[in-house]
Amino acid sequence: MSRAVDPTHRTFVSYIDKSREYYAARGYANPYRWAHFEDVPFATLQRPLSQRAVALITTAHLIPSEGELPSLHSVYSVASNAPPARLSTDGLFWDRDATHTNDLDSYCPVHRLQEFAREGRIGQLARRLHGVPTEYSQRLTQERDAPEVLRRCREDGADAAILVPL
Amino acid sequence: MSLVARHLEAHGIATVILGAARDIVEHCGVPRFVFTDFPLGNPCGKPYDVAMQRAIVSRGLDLLEQAFAPRTTVQTPFVWSADQSWRDNYMRIEPAGVS
Repeated sequence: MSRAVDPTHRTFVSYIDKSREYYAARGYANPYRWAHFEDVPFATLQRPLSQRAVALITTAHLIPSEGELPSLHSVYSVASNAPPARLSTDGLFWDRDATHTNDLDSYCPVHRLQEFAREGRIGQLARRLHGVPTEYSQRLTQERDAPEVLRRCREDGADAAILVPL
Repeated sequence: MSLVARHLEAHGIATVILGAARDIVEHCGVPRFVFTDFPLGNPCGKPYDVAMQRAIVSRGLDLLEQAFAPRTTVQTPFVWSADQSWRDNYMRIEPAGVS
């Protein structure tokens, strides 16, 4: 059924509301407590992006080789100049009825960033793209995964990062 | 992912998030955010629409250079479809007795 935007409601979807109501309707008593902070850090680029290396970070997973189990709980990195044709989006929250994830660049724009590097819009795409697990535990993300991504970005000399949650 | 952006930013790496779950990202609080009002799954543009993907990524690059304060959100002009029903259909709660 088609409908226009309802001006009595906010225009964009509230996934916090939707997921709380969805799981409450299934009997889960304790709603998820989404990360929330008053203060937000801010780092200013000291030089234009045309002189900077930009890292790309995704929440999608590597597709395991035959016989391997998927590695869903550790940071991974792959060469950004030879990315896999596809990544796995299984197990992540996204709208399987409305769309698909067959085009890598629709959620992990590695080829678009390669183009911008060739055109000089950015100095370079950092040599690896990184994958970050989506963990229920915010502590794991903050204490285990975020420091690991920082370490890898520094190893690659990245000055800026584009992060794309699915 | 917002938590990772905050960690990188706190250690001197400028970040921008490209995303479609506006409330979750803004609830957390991130330095820079490019919001595209699409169903979850294609926050960098419709599949195989290279021009749209370039426009969205480019907006992220602009924000890396031009944002002057944290919690900067920009919304891209793209509309998923005239039919807005995807908004209601995702995680729809069916009435009791309907599977």
